[in-house]
Amino acid sequence: MYRACEGVGKLQATVTQVQPGERAAARLGTGQGAVAIALKGVSKVFGSGADAFKAVDDVSVDIRQNEFFTLLGPSGCGKTTLLRLIAGFEHPTSGEIRLKGKDISPLPPFDRPVNTVFQSYALFPHMTVAQNIAFGLEMLRRPKSEVQETVDRMLKLVRMEQLANRRTSQISGGQQQRVALARALAPQPEVLLLDEPLSALDYKLRKEMQIELKRLQSETGITFIFVTHDQEEALTMSDRIAVMSEGNILQIGSPREIYDHPAQRFVADFIGESNFLKAEVVRPLDPGAEIRLPSGATLTAGVPEGMRPAGSVTVVVRPEHARVVADPAAGALRGRLTNIVYFGTDTHYHVELPQDGEFIVRMQNQRGSEASFETGDEVGIEIGDGAPQVLKD
Amino acid sequence: MAAQDTSPAPEEVAAPTMAPHGTDYAAIAMRRERRNNLALVSPALLILVVGASGPLVVMLIYSFLAAGDYGGVVWEFSTQGWFQVFLQRDMFDDTIGFADAHLSIFWRSLSLAFITTVLCVIFGFPTAYFIATRPPEQRSLWLFLVTIPFWTNLLIRTYAIMEVIRNEGLVNTALMKAGLISQPIQMLYTDFAIMLGMTYVYLPLMVLPLYASMEKLDFRLVEASYDLYASRMNTLRRIILPLVKPGLIAGSILVFVPCLGAYVTPRVLGGGKRLMLGNLIELQFGQGRNWPLGAALSITLLLIVMVALLIYVRNASRQGGAHG
Amino acid sequence: MAEARRIRPFAVRHLPGFPTMALICFVCLYAPIITLVMFSFNESMSMSQWGGFSWRWYVAAWENERVQQASLLSLIVATCASLIATTVATAAALGTTRTRRYRGLTGIYVLINQPLMVPEIVTGVALLIVFAMVKVWTGYTGIGYLILAHTAFCIPFAYLPIRARLESMDATLEAAAADLYATPWMAFRRVTLPLLWPGILAGGMLAFVISLDDVVITEFVKSGGQDTLPTYMLSQIRRIVTPEMNAISTVFLAISIALVTIFFLLSRGKKQ
Repeated sequence: MYRACEGVGKLQATVTQVQPGERAAARLGTGQGAVAIALKGVSKVFGSGADAFKAVDDVSVDIRQNEFFTLLGPSGCGKTTLLRLIAGFEHPTSGEIRLKGKDISPLPPFDRPVNTVFQSYALFPHMTVAQNIAFGLEMLRRPKSEVQETVDRMLKLVRMEQLANRRTSQISGGQQQRVALARALAPQPEVLLLDEPLSALDYKLRKEMQIELKRLQSETGITFIFVTHDQEEALTMSDRIAVMSEGNILQIGSPREIYDHPAQRFVADFIGESNFLKAEVVRPLDPGAEIRLPSGATLTAGVPEGMRPAGSVTVVVRPEHARVVADPAAGALRGRLTNIVYFGTDTHYHVELPQDGEFIVRMQNQRGSEASFETGDEVGIEIGDGAPQVLKD
Repeated sequence: MAAQDTSPAPEEVAAPTMAPHGTDYAAIAMRRERRNNLALVSPALLILVVGASGPLVVMLIYSFLAAGDYGGVVWEFSTQGWFQVFLQRDMFDDTIGFADAHLSIFWRSLSLAFITTVLCVIFGFPTAYFIATRPPEQRSLWLFLVTIPFWTNLLIRTYAIMEVIRNEGLVNTALMKAGLISQPIQMLYTDFAIMLGMTYVYLPLMVLPLYASMEKLDFRLVEASYDLYASRMNTLRRIILPLVKPGLIAGSILVFVPCLGAYVTPRVLGGGKRLMLGNLIELQFGQGRNWPLGAALSITLLLIVMVALLIYVRNASRQGGAHG
Repeated sequence: MAEARRIRPFAVRHLPGFPTMALICFVCLYAPIITLVMFSFNESMSMSQWGGFSWRWYVAAWENERVQQASLLSLIVATCASLIATTVATAAALGTTRTRRYRGLTGIYVLINQPLMVPEIVTGVALLIVFAMVKVWTGYTGIGYLILAHTAFCIPFAYLPIRARLESMDATLEAAAADLYATPWMAFRRVTLPLLWPGILAGGMLAFVISLDDVVITEFVKSGGQDTLPTYMLSQIRRIVTPEMNAISTVFLAISIALVTIFFLLSRGKKQ
């Protein structure tokens, strides 16, 4: 399932290469392999007998150093459990977790050079902002001067210098978020785990923090593992995304790969909007395949890695990869326009197909090019060559 | 390190495959957590077993022993203690009859406890409702006023009541001065005094749970009731009462149980003549010198209390189930 | 508009007679206590005739040797019992909250709350039976028995506010501490304990008040010659009562109310 794709949007860490923590260095060695975290056949079962619930099911994945890696999936898909397994709050029922080649499964959370930004931030309410940030360093028994210096640097990094002596209850949600980040980054972990850290923020702040997070990741050069159920967040921020469902990783790839070439129906459905069509494979191409739609039109389609498509398959077409045209005979598909929904930047056209149900087309609105379609019109749908993607299931 | 003692815990049996290196860290972590928890709770449990629960078991054993001549017990099996709880053997003709004295004390305890509970509802319900309908910032102050008597010494509160109702006390003096009565009314050392005292002492126990459920009362429901033509009385009966029923039951149990086992109030306000169960039990360990009977009576009282608590728990869990 | 303003708004929350009843209740709750306090300052022996202000009964109580001894014993027992009870209850609260449910947890709850469910008189005589045996075996008749018995029934009172505090604390705080390299002990010292402190203080205070107030269990557990203030008062109430009792009661009340007020403020602070 896992496909090694080299050189995907890897960020160049231009700022100083961060030294791993002393304890971490002593325990793990300073080998600079390309893989930061390797999961091998990791499963986690909660409960026993009839109540047993498999939260994570035989997951294997390599997460590379300096990567912004996102675990994306609906709630209950096991992404948070996976994060907690890496952090050490849960232990795998089977399989192993390697950090830079060393098995960390037996280590408790406080012996793992991995830090977490919690969904609820979990800032210590009885400490100031600066005390919160210093906590990890103090626990590592760093000299006082170093602690002070690092705290100052972190405060500057997250632009919170002014509020260093505030209580954490006296600052806003966005500021708390920054403190949580600074606190987790201060001990310079090998890997930073982020558990839906932006979910408590409002829309505008979330957008700001997305950019901020990207900046922090590139400035510190630390591997980020980011958990979210928000597909937009995942697409805009990640180097690579792993889509999870029911404890399994369904597909791993760059945002573009995941969006343009979903391998499975769940992935296509969960990320973005999709039209599913039945199709016949005419002949395999390299790459892709030639397919025939029920309407008789033949098109070239993308094919998932390692799949040899034949016979009847399901293909997905993104709404923005199609166009409505007035002439029913001109497009690859034809149907009756049932609904037109105006969205400001674009308009959605709902077209009732004779065989495949409803097909949605999204077209951008441009000044002066207002299309003159009306509900009830017979229209054609143009689909570009290469736009359909064959699914595995 | 701890890999040797890895007998899989029951929770882990379902795991399909073990880690390749054969160490189940999840099980180890779980066992460590359980060991820590047990270490943390054991000092408290030890003290409770030695200083509260264990002696109850010893008492159960004592109830099946024979009474010693000067108190204490003789270590031989006997059901005399339990026999004497409700029955007695006639001194002359050896016939078995009900122990009228005991029965009347049981009856007094149950009826006084019941009446006290009803009185506490009558006084406590409006009080709790009153507090619950104050503006939020005032509520905790009113609640505090109810709580203060609750946390002050029960003996002192009983003594305060005694001072008020005794023959030379405030009530009688005032009534005589007003010319309403020529002689003081004997209130102290009557069942009325015990009832009054217990109502006074246990009223906060009724108000607090009632308030807790009234605070959660959604007054939009009351508005809806008025909107649907209900009068105030009907709204109280059909909407408010059913919704605060859990609090009402909790309060009733909280008042009924200590009333049943009351010892200080009947002793002070009943003057040693109007006995309740608690005083009867004490008597067996004092002048009565019948420890097995005292133990049997104690366990009987405990059983009655347990039944009351069970009814409450079943009610509470049903309420909880009904609301999801 | 003008007409509408004249109509009294319908008070949804109002029920006729309820406020009156409630006020009567509050008056009745406090009237006997206030009377008791008032007559502790009465110059004369009477409990109904005011004979002028005087500290005389306070002086009498202060100089009464038995009152002194009983007060001292009360304080010693309450201090020891509440300290021990709060310590073990804190540990027990840590071992029963914020953890996976484990087998036996319900049993532990029942055991901890048992003193709240069993009537005091029953616990009292059960302890009498057991301690009578132990006293014969060991020959020891000191205040250890009182401290043990008081500690046992104080545990649930200390446990409940501590547990409530623990449960209202964000459970991820300790996880965050562990994530930031704090060992379990350091996480407890630096994070859990400082946050739990108000709960522990409240629990300790309640335990102290409960121990100070106890009559029934003390009455059955105490050896001859031992008297706490409440058992001394109980023995005196049966004889002729003087306002000296009122004076003792008033001091007692003042201590209890002060502690309860602190407890009230502490538990209010945690909500804000």
